[in-house]
Amino acid sequence: MSSRDLILARVRRAIADVPRDDTPYEQAFERGYLREHGSRDAGRTVDLLAENLADYRALVHRCTAGELAATIARLLAERGSASVAVPTGLPPEWLAATDVTQVPDSAADTPAELDRVDSVVTACAVAVAETGTIVLDGSPDQGRRRITLVPDHHICVVRVPDQVVSSVPRGLERLDPLRPLTWISGPSATSDIELDRVEGVHGPRTLEVVLVSGE
Amino acid sequence: MSGGTYLGMPAFPKAAHEAVRDTTLRGNLRHATHTIRAKRATAVAELSDWAELREAGKQIKDHTLRNLDTYLVQLEESVTAAGGTVHWAVDADEANRIVTRLVKATGESEVVKVKSMATQEIGLNEALEAEGIDAYETDLAELIVQLGKDRPSHILVPAIHRNRGEIRDIFAREMGEWGRPAPEGLTDTPAELADAARLHLREKFLRAKVGVSGANFMVAETGTLVVVESEGNGRMCLTLPETLISVVGIEKIVPTWQDLEVFLQTLPRSSTAERMNPYTSTWTGTTDEDGPRDFHLVLIDNGRTDTLADEVGRQALRCIRCSACLNVCPVYERAGGHAYGSVYPGPIGAILSPQLRGTGSEIDASLPYASSLCGACYDVCPVAIDIPEVLVHLRERVVQGGPVTREGARVVVKPAKGHAAERAAMRAARWAFSHPGALRTGQRLASRTRRFHPRTLPGPGRAWSETRSLPVVPAEPFRDWWQRTHGGKDTAK
Ligand code: SF4
Repeated sequence: MSSRDLILARVRRAIADVPRDDTPYEQAFERGYLREHGSRDAGRTVDLLAENLADYRALVHRCTAGELAATIARLLAERGSASVAVPTGLPPEWLAATDVTQVPDSAADTPAELDRVDSVVTACAVAVAETGTIVLDGSPDQGRRRITLVPDHHICVVRVPDQVVSSVPRGLERLDPLRPLTWISGPSATSDIELDRVEGVHGPRTLEVVLVSGE
Repeated sequence: MSGGTYLGMPAFPKAAHEAVRDTTLRGNLRHATHTIRAKRATAVAELSDWAELREAGKQIKDHTLRNLDTYLVQLEESVTAAGGTVHWAVDADEANRIVTRLVKATGESEVVKVKSMATQEIGLNEALEAEGIDAYETDLAELIVQLGKDRPSHILVPAIHRNRGEIRDIFAREMGEWGRPAPEGLTDTPAELADAARLHLREKFLRAKVGVSGANFMVAETGTLVVVESEGNGRMCLTLPETLISVVGIEKIVPTWQDLEVFLQTLPRSSTAERMNPYTSTWTGTTDEDGPRDFHLVLIDNGRTDTLADEVGRQALRCIRCSACLNVCPVYERAGGHAYGSVYPGPIGAILSPQLRGTGSEIDASLPYASSLCGACYDVCPVAIDIPEVLVHLRERVVQGGPVTREGARVVVKPAKGHAAERAAMRAARWAFSHPGALRTGQRLASRTRRFHPRTLPGPGRAWSETRSLPVVPAEPFRDWWQRTHGGKDTAK
């Protein structure tokens, strides 16, 4: 017998005492919990996202669509970045105001090459207010998973209010499980040494989130 | 290297006895567990529907376990459809053989690893090393443990028993042996230590061709795997290598994508007391030009189906490894994680290890006694595992023997030999008596529940108490009486 069949046979024998329960999954239990906590209008939901992001030491900025290019240019300049990784589908106008060297996301680049890039700018798929989380799903405006991982500085643009949901359940509803997803809540952090929180071990040490409204 | 089998481990009371004499360890543990405990309570209080989330988590897991065969087959189909390859391993040896073969097929002789209880449980690092393959732990705490040639002592913060000075010394001494040495003049500030780890590990990430991980959840419906982490080392291992091998226990399934909405709320808050952990990665098979080209899922049994066969004990398989039960346990706080002699320490370890491994060894027979039965572990558990109930059930098995399932076959175990169980219990009791804090907790509980105490012990202790009359539990523990009437003169803690 293959190990597969052996394990499945053992499972069946192990649960033989349980009356075979044919209740379909949908009716097998109740989801008595809330879809979201509290009721907020769209503006308050965005405020909550900003608060929770900041609470986890992300740097939060707000601007209008018209101010976005200037805001991104300013953040890259303040950081002193010489190069920025750019997802293939990022709206080109977002980087129209900066003269930092643009490194297009490419499968051919080695991780070591990416390691020499200072910053990365991406869009996101959805943001969860209650937890202060942005989610990337690898769409063309977000790029391959590694470009938001290896550079030390990540600028993520969230279109508010339409990309913001209240809660984890609402976030999962909007996401496609077949895409590779990265949920980010604040910058990389560790508390492994005497529980002192230190930002940035392997992921970007600085996370800047730009909440952009209008258009 | 982190150990998986802990052969020759002394039984719990002896190991605990040594641990409590270690004042550094006790200080570190106390600080850590109390800090996380207080933060967790705040994080949980933020969610008004915590009780409902906990109940849903329990029911989803129970439903999955009741239909585990169906969901395993469904998972296999969806992972395969998404471009992954599924392997099945009955025990640790088989799992290690499969992983070794997969690594060798890539032509590589090193792998980067995400912290994973399952690979520790099967002793994967040692198995790979025996075949000439270096496995690098990349979680900061696991790195500390690996460089210190030590063992993890906590599920979440495995190096909790080390303080910053010790960590500095380990880094300064050992990093050079494994790769990039620690910077000159390294101090013991956590930021500098984390930075040294970042530099040391980055060179490994950037050249790694093979990554090995576990998973927190597997979604049967979609074939999606989920890893929850903080540092980004998980993301590195999951996305930079060309080949990804994930080794996961068969109980880690949830039926649907939607079910994650429960656990992604309860796990971070129970575990690190955060609204959400910094990083969560999900992947479904392989994605063109984004992440590994080859994905292998190794499903391990290694005692899980035996555990599933136990009507009382099977609830331990609901565990999502949040570690909340460790942080509230008065026994864990004093004894530390190493005393439990397995990769699963604390209350969950006390019920999981003797089920996964059987109660044949002295350490496993003593684990069900590594508790004051105060019930705090049950109260915090986000999937409502009744740990005290399982502990009492396992004590009964140790003392009385009875039918159990081992390696898929029904067998009847004899009572532990030569009253070994009684000895284990007595040694545990002696340990408790010499450690007033743990004892006090147990006694207070005993006093409060006094009128429910039988004159002979139920089930587990019957054989022992038949020939002895049980002492009557006093209305008030002596220590409390002394404290009350001699107000503070008894300062010994
Ligand atoms: S038994 Fe419960 S509290 Fe303990 S680690 Fe598992 S899920 Fe967490």
